This record gives sequence, structure tokens and C-alpha cells, in this order.
Amino acid sequence: MDRNKKYWKPKSNLWFFLAVTALAAALATDVLVPNVQETDTLYYQAVLAASIAVLLILFGIPVFSSGLGGRLYHYSQFIAAAGLFLTFLDLLTTKSNILKLPFFPGPARIVEVLFTERGMLLVCTAHSLRLFFAGLAGGVVLGIVTGVLTGWNRQWNYWLFPVIKVAGVIPPVAWIPLALVVFPSSFYAGIFLLTVASWFTIAFMVSTGIASTPKEYFEASRTLGADERYLLFHVAIPNAAPNIFTGIVTSAGMCFMMLVITEMIGAKAGLGWYINWAKAWASYDKVYASIVIMGVAFCIILAVINVFRSYFLRWQRGIVQ
Amino acid sequence: MIEIKNVSRTYSDGQHTEALRDVSLEIRRGEFLSLTGPSGCGKTSLLRLIAGLDSPQDGELLMEGRAIDSPCHERGYVFQQAALFPWKTVEENIAFGLRARRVYREKKRLVGEYLSLVGLDGFSKSYPHELSGGMVQRAAIARALINGPKVLLLDEPLGALDAFTRIELQNVIREIWRKTATTVVLVTHDVDEAIYLSDRIAVMTPRPGRISEILTVNLPAGRDRDSEDFIGLRRTMLRKLTINN
Repeated sequence: MDRNKKYWKPKSNLWFFLAVTALAAALATDVLVPNVQETDTLYYQAVLAASIAVLLILFGIPVFSSGLGGRLYHYSQFIAAAGLFLTFLDLLTTKSNILKLPFFPGPARIVEVLFTERGMLLVCTAHSLRLFFAGLAGGVVLGIVTGVLTGWNRQWNYWLFPVIKVAGVIPPVAWIPLALVVFPSSFYAGIFLLTVASWFTIAFMVSTGIASTPKEYFEASRTLGADERYLLFHVAIPNAAPNIFTGIVTSAGMCFMMLVITEMIGAKAGLGWYINWAKAWASYDKVYASIVIMGVAFCIILAVINVFRSYFLRWQRGIVQ
Repeated sequence: MIEIKNVSRTYSDGQHTEALRDVSLEIRRGEFLSLTGPSGCGKTSLLRLIAGLDSPQDGELLMEGRAIDSPCHERGYVFQQAALFPWKTVEENIAFGLRARRVYREKKRLVGEYLSLVGLDGFSKSYPHELSGGMVQRAAIARALINGPKVLLLDEPLGALDAFTRIELQNVIREIWRKTATTVVLVTHDVDEAIYLSDRIAVMTPRPGRISEILTVNLPAGRDRDSEDFIGLRRTMLRKLTINN
């Protein structure tokens, strides 16, 4: 079979309708079975009904047979499994309290919180994203600058590279005590910690990317009349570009982890703070709601980075998958 | 035009290798000169010295009376592995020399001109990995030529190609030499290639590399690989190469 195809699952109407049926089963279960845990299940039912409607509408429109259709068919099996999972989860929690409150609220309760607490959650998400991007931007800028310097210039390399190497293996959480003392507010301390969490990984990747430029590229450029500056900006840095993006993606993950940790210890806002605050009130439904948001937010962040990556590395299409 | 006077080069990274000993050679303006000999005879070492990518321990190299001490766009160089930049399209690769020297006037026209000179019309937007080996070398030759070099140094550019592509590209190189009237120095271990293309062939001996003989090829412009003279010359050259070994 075609192993290179991205959407390789069978284009089967049966699976598609099983997916719709599974979602419908989740909906029917929630509507028909009486609640044991106290929950306003209307939001959950609305989300399920909307999902079913979207699937059916997409199936009905003519473009379904082309690109979009392949994708929907591909994910049909997954959607079917998700529908079944929700059905059983609903039965174990909201409908029976076998998994007990407050630790295990049902999916309906989590969806309800997402709607009723949306103002608070939105503010917290905005706070988190602001801190995340400020910290990551600091790490990316410092990482690229120091990485280029150490990869290109042996004097810089001599003095800075050992520092980067050692600093890179220290878990960024180890700097928390320092950050809390040195910086005037938890926001700046957070930026510092996130920058530290991403800086050294990126610097290391950039440095090795620059240093691994094939000698022939430099020689060819010099016989074509390029000076040192031109070699750096038009040969060494483009050669390191794939490494730069690998560094950014890797350190984005570390940044996100550091984000939640810093918000849990010192901040007055943000999703990490919200989790801590909700935990104190034993509102586990809110904890789960913000976990859901974190998952979705980070997927979107990665997708955005990937857009830049595939633009700048468009020349790699066909070389790497 | 280029004078090589008593040049010696020894590499001493790890082990001691005497690559060139007391090599002298004069390259004339407009000629096509081949450097040939068994592998490890220092052909490429000599070409790198001419390019200014390397410097000798003894002796000197002069181009138009001035010492060669660093690479310069007046000495174009084509590598065996082409060394095209994978992140640039064919067009951007070819324009590299102009942009590096901040020559923006007529860039577009020149790029188009050299694209068709090497027969790559229609591939300007392709990336190197999308091209065949022969096309990659065509692009590398165009990239070196766009600077209008006084001498074009070719380091076994056809070494990695199949026989058909090789012959095709030999004709391309011949045509380019004829049209641009530039001086060409070609490193090759292919005797036929040397005879087919060159005015003169410098035969080198292996370690330490030195020039044992310079043959003049007195064959007409449209060379026939099956003619008696061609075959005779090939026989002479092969004998010299095996004796030297």
C-alpha cells in the first residue's frame, strides 16, 4: 500500500456513519439517562449535536469527494472511538457517580465550565499566551544571536559555548529561587524563566547548524566573490535554518511546561494559576477545563510555528517528509 | 596568463603527504588545458592552488603578474559535487555571484542568458534536489560563468555522471568555451575527455605530484572520437600513464 500518503485510512462510508452514530450514541445517552451528579448538560448536548451537524453538512456538500473528504474519512475511526469513549465516560461519571465527585466530574460538567467560566478562562489564557510569547521570543532572539556567534566565531565559541552547554543541561526550574528574588514582579520573573528554558536549546542547535555547514559551500561562495559577511548571512545561516526550527519547536515545549510551573508558584493570573486556585476550592471540573484549553492552545501554537517552518524551509519539500 | 613557478605543497594533518613537488606550468590566455593523471597525483591540489583556495609552501602562482593569494570571482571554480546551495532555486544559485558582489544591474537578463547557455531554460524555479546530476552540473557551470571569469577551473565536474550525460556535457563545455572565449583548466582522469576537449594536456605523476609531460592536441575543432589521430593519441597517453605508474 501507499505508505507515503498522509490520509491513508480507507475511504469508507461505513466508518463515517459509525463515527456519526458513536457521537449520536453519546448524545442519546446523555439525553435519555438521568443525571446522578448535578450538572447542566445542555452545553455538552449542544456541542455533540453541533459536531454531528457539521459532519453531516460536510458529507452533504460536493467538495466532500475531493481533498476534505479524504481527511474526514481518515479521521472517521478516531471520531468513532472518541464518541464511544465519551459515552462510557458519561455513564461512569454524570450518570452514575461510579467515578466520584469532586475529583471526576463528567464530560458534560467540564463543557459546562468551559462555557460558564469563559470570561475568566479567556483572561487567563490571554495572560498565559502573553507570558509564553514574551518568554519564547526572548529565548529565540538570544538563542539565535548567541548560537550564530558561537557557531561562526571561534573566539566567541571559546568563551560562550561551554557556558551554553552547561546552562543547557540545568533544568530551568532550578532558577526559580533566583528569579523570584531578582525580578520586581512575577511577570518579569516568568519571562526570565521561559527565556532561560528556551535560550540554550536554540543556541545549541543554531551553533551546531552553523558549524556543520559543508566546507564546499564556503569555498564555492568565495570563488564567486562573497565576503565573510555574505558567507554568514547567505550560506551559514540558511544552512542552519532547519536546525533553528528544530530548536524552536523543542524549546517551545519546554517553555510551555515552564509557563505552567511559573504560573503555579508566583503568578496572579494565567492558566497555571487558575489550576492552582481551582484545586484549592476542590473544583476539579475547572482544573480539567483549563487542561483542555492548554492542550488546544499548545496545538495551535505548534501549528503556527509549523506554518513559518514550512514557508522558510520550502526548499526541503521532497527531501524530507 | 597564469604562471605556476616551482610550486610545492605538503599536507601534514595526521600523516605527511607530499601532494605536489616543484610543479611549474604556464597557462595561456584562451586555451583549454587539461590536468590529468592517476588518482592521488595532486591534480585537484594544483587546481585549488590556482583558485586561491589553498596556498603553497614553496614557489608562487601568478595571474597576469599578480600573486594569487585568495579566491576571486575572476577564477570561477566548479566542484566535482557541484556544491549548489540546496535552499536556493537554480535561478538564485546562478545569481549568487552577482548578488554577492552587489552587481544588481541587468541581473535578470544575465541569469536568463546563462540559463539558456547551459540549456536549463524552464528550470529556473526548481531546487537542486529536483534536478538530475547532469543538470546540477550545468547549473554549477552557469553559476561560475555569470561572473565573467577570466579562467574557469573545472574539478572533475563530470566525474560522477553516466556515460551519456558525460558526452552531452562535454559538448556543452566545448560550446561554452567557444562562445565565451574564456581560459579553461579541467581536471579529469578520463583520457578521452581530455583529448576531446583540450588544446594541451598536462600529464601528472602520482605522489609526489609533478608534471611529467605536456601534450599538445593538434586535432581539428569538430573532434571525432573514432578518428585515427584520436585513437593514436589515446594510445600514446594511456602508455604514458601506465609507465608513470
